Amino acid sequence: MIQRLSELKQTALLELDAVKDPSNLESWRVRYLGRKSELTNMLRGLAELPIEERKTAGALANRIKGELESVLETKTEALKTISQQQNMRADESAAAQGDITLPGRPIPTGRLHPISETFNEIADIFISLGFQVVESNDVELDYYNFEALNIPAEHPARDDMSTFWIDYENERGERQMLLRTHTTNVTARNIATMKPPIRVIEPGRVYRYEATDATHLTMFHQVDGLAVDKNITMADLKGVFYDFARRFYGEGRRVRFRPDYFPFVEPGVEVAVECAICHGNGCRLCGNSGWIELGGAGMVHPKVLERGGINPEEYTGFAFGFGIDRAPMLRYGIDDLRLFFGSDLRFLRQL
Amino acid sequence: MKVSLNWLKQYVDVKLPVAEIANRLTLAGIEVKSTNVIGANWEGVTVGKILEVNQHPNADRLHLVTLDLGSRLETVVCGAPNVAVGCKIAYAPIGTKMIDGHTGKVEVLKPAKIRGVASNGMCCSEKELGISENHEGIIILPADTTIGAALMDVLGDAIFNLEVTPNRPDCLGMIGLAREIAATTGSAFHLPDAAYPEADVPIAERVSVEIQDPDLCPRYCATLITGVKIGESPEWIKKKLISYGMRPINNIVDITNFVMLEYGQPLHAFDYEKIQGKGIIVRRARSGEKITSLDGIERTLNRQMLVIADKERAVAVAGIMGGANSEVSDNTTSILLESASFKPACIHFTGRTLNMPSEACTRFERGISPEMTIPAIKRATQLMVELGGGQAAKGIIDVYPGKTERKSIKISVASAKRTMGVEYSLDQIVNSLTALGFECHADKANLSVTAKAPYWRSDINIPVDVIEEVARIQGYEQIPTTLLAQAIPMQKTAPLTALKRRARNIMVGYGFQELVSFSLTNMDVLVKLSPESKKPEPLPVHIANPASSEQEYLRPNLLAGLLVALTLNKAFIDEGLRLFELGKVYLNRNGELPDEPDMLCGVLCGPRAERWWQGASEPVEFFDAKGVVEGLLKQIGIVAKFEKSADENLHPLDQAAITVDGQQIGVVGELHPLVKEHFELTQPVYLFEINIPMLLPLIKDKVYHQIPKFPATMRDIALVVDSGVTHQQILDTIKGFSLVTDMALFDVYSGGQVPTGKKSMAYRLTFQSPDKTLTDQQINGVQQAIIKKLTTGLGATLRG
Repeated sequence: MIQRLSELKQTALLELDAVKDPSNLESWRVRYLGRKSELTNMLRGLAELPIEERKTAGALANRIKGELESVLETKTEALKTISQQQNMRADESAAAQGDITLPGRPIPTGRLHPISETFNEIADIFISLGFQVVESNDVELDYYNFEALNIPAEHPARDDMSTFWIDYENERGERQMLLRTHTTNVTARNIATMKPPIRVIEPGRVYRYEATDATHLTMFHQVDGLAVDKNITMADLKGVFYDFARRFYGEGRRVRFRPDYFPFVEPGVEVAVECAICHGNGCRLCGNSGWIELGGAGMVHPKVLERGGINPEEYTGFAFGFGIDRAPMLRYGIDDLRLFFGSDLRFLRQL
Repeated sequence: MKVSLNWLKQYVDVKLPVAEIANRLTLAGIEVKSTNVIGANWEGVTVGKILEVNQHPNADRLHLVTLDLGSRLETVVCGAPNVAVGCKIAYAPIGTKMIDGHTGKVEVLKPAKIRGVASNGMCCSEKELGISENHEGIIILPADTTIGAALMDVLGDAIFNLEVTPNRPDCLGMIGLAREIAATTGSAFHLPDAAYPEADVPIAERVSVEIQDPDLCPRYCATLITGVKIGESPEWIKKKLISYGMRPINNIVDITNFVMLEYGQPLHAFDYEKIQGKGIIVRRARSGEKITSLDGIERTLNRQMLVIADKERAVAVAGIMGGANSEVSDNTTSILLESASFKPACIHFTGRTLNMPSEACTRFERGISPEMTIPAIKRATQLMVELGGGQAAKGIIDVYPGKTERKSIKISVASAKRTMGVEYSLDQIVNSLTALGFECHADKANLSVTAKAPYWRSDINIPVDVIEEVARIQGYEQIPTTLLAQAIPMQKTAPLTALKRRARNIMVGYGFQELVSFSLTNMDVLVKLSPESKKPEPLPVHIANPASSEQEYLRPNLLAGLLVALTLNKAFIDEGLRLFELGKVYLNRNGELPDEPDMLCGVLCGPRAERWWQGASEPVEFFDAKGVVEGLLKQIGIVAKFEKSADENLHPLDQAAITVDGQQIGVVGELHPLVKEHFELTQPVYLFEINIPMLLPLIKDKVYHQIPKFPATMRDIALVVDSGVTHQQILDTIKGFSLVTDMALFDVYSGGQVPTGKKSMAYRLTFQSPDKTLTDQQINGVQQAIIKKLTTGLGATLRG
């Protein structure tokens, strides 16, 4: 019997070796390990053997059973791996036989408008410098758009900001409501309502009564900013703009401050950034000046602070404002501002 | 403002190159927008003298002109009518870049035979050299011009096109600009000599001046010049006026304009004989008072305007324009010259109201210093005596009720640093201010300076004004860059701003293209939104002075803009369009500032996705729009309900109000078929509108719930209910069974074996307990209770 067990093992292992198809493994298992297999029968017949032989044969039979079970498991795993690899190869060839350049299943693709993207980018830069975003109304009172900013009724600065008035007159027959001509109205409101320290940026739509052409529209977008604290200086303003220009326009772009006049700041500056095309040497884009005008800025006029209830002896501050529509124009080489607001998908889908 | 550098150089000895002068001015705050160099191409063009003029052998109208060019003689062909022996002319040799007199194009002068005779160069007209448009004859230079001199040295100039900020009326004149150049370049500055001989008769015996409204006229000065002869101005005055862009008229008027451009102080010349009673009265206009101004137009004035009057009538609108009744004419012999100061706001108001912008108006409304009146009137009187052959009466009438002391303003090294972030030395401060004409007293112990602004500066009122002047002269490039050193203020970035950005990003993720459209719209578009083409109620906010009828109202909704966009992009609808805008709408609150909520509006039209090679997508429907709304709100953290609504722009049967806690936050539905037609759209449009600020208080804080440890069991039930019963009713009925953690609808069916008037709704219920494994028995109990509640509450039966 012991010999028979050894033969059985030999045969079983040889046969298993020959199995290539996983579906044949089961018949092998039934043949050698099943309930009716020779090995099972032999194990059942152990009781009839003499005690000495029973001991040796029993141990051997059980060991062989264990061995066969173990190799079956190994073989099963091996065949599974092989078959997976074969399956993958089969898939691969199916795809290759087809055309992998065929378009994938389309999904609707959305895009942010370039103005929104630009707002986000600008906001993120200033937020990282400790500014917070404050928005306000487009329809504004004359007071916040002009008076509070040192621009009384007959001030010549009003002529540069031709105003749309709301068709409503108060009991004195005066028009008090207008479409804000700059986002500086939010600066006026923030000075009136916030207490220092203040660091805010104020994005929004602004309106000017202007003849419409490729670079002038009656509506455009601006960002104003304000910082009020103890010991804020023009050097801080310059630092903020250097940082902004570096991050928004690219490393190494120089910033130029030159004196300018805005009634609500003193001193006032015009801020320009080095032209990206010519790097300051002068080209068509920058009108040969080497500089792209960014916007206006300056130290908040003491009267403006005072009017808002902030003591100019104790606090100083800077304010700035610039248009943002030009940034995506320069970035993408767009020559007509009207495209932004025309909802033409042939344009918007390019950006 | 166009400014000739040659003219400026009469007051400042500046030797720098043109571009550098432009740069210095720009960096000092007077922006030079462009520079037109006259003579940029004049290399080789020299002064010649005509020695001989002979007839061209083959052409009647042409001459052969022999020129003395100093070093050599040259013969050229010339067709100009004004050639004459002895004239000094501008000679251009072959190779000169010049403007073709006929085509206006820049050409290089080539060797040519004209009607068989070689011309070695040519005599040039002003147009050919880019000086002016004059091409009627060649340039005839003054007789004393040096033969052989480079023309650049004789006629070359640079015209700056510069922009003066409204706070610097003193720079609206050559002298003011020359002062700036002198201060920024360290060059010497000198005023013109304005001395003139006076007659014996004191002016006070001939003219009186009375200011009745001193609040509007702080100063009025006058001189009298008799015996003048009206005629043409000399060339040098005409040229200067033309360089600025003014038209010469006659010697007297030209002198007033010339001196205005020189000093920045507007002047006016009256014909003395036409002044009734020989007395000037400065007074408010009477309501309805009429005057015919110099341009021949009758103007009706009011009480807010100021006039210059004689005893009888108004003779000028103060600071704006003279009257025809006192105009200088060819027969005028005596001039009453006015140099006055008027309140800027009054001039601004009058100029705007009468729609009479003028050079004088621009200068007065910016507040030119009253101190400028005397230097300017002296200069103009001198020129009238000199060039008009007149005699000046003795003295100047000077009525000056508005005289104020010039303020002493104290600044210090420390206060300048506090503003600019730069520590200027006391010397730097004093030197900068002195260069600009300030009187300075330095206090070395306290490192401070007390400064008095020069008389021509009206814009220096507070210490920072003085600090700015120091910084300007020292140069803004000296300002260092520092980072804000103060502690960052407490941050509260407005939750609305953050939510708007979030919502935009979600919409983009759902495949929507963002649009940004104009806030201003028109009634034609807005009425299209109504099936009956009614105007919106209440009326949207109306602009009093719209730029065009296209932009008369502020948009009360975003939908109109999106539908216009759909129409515009019709060609893309077959690909499936998903568009949205998130922006303000403007809701009229008559007399109050409008409410300006940020709305989100989205539209869907066409198939769900682009056509694909494995088959086309189904068209979008109501539940696509609703799915977007649900997804958006879920991501934001809001659970909304959808209730029946009756929005008139929407399909009556295919719309829902979006509500949270009984409050409507928006609407979703199909566009009303008639509205669709108004916008010329053929395919159904689905849309939603959500009021973004209303969402803010509704957002629930997110709280973590432990992931259940015990297994969930699913049970499917199919209910048969009346067709009027809603999904929401079923959900509401089941709410409160704590062991049911989810209830997902997976089928809705009617017809077939389902009785008429009924529908079958199949749900998969998920049962799960946070603290034990549920037994079949427990689940059965809950399920039966649910069915019982549905049966009693909604008449539901189980589908067999």
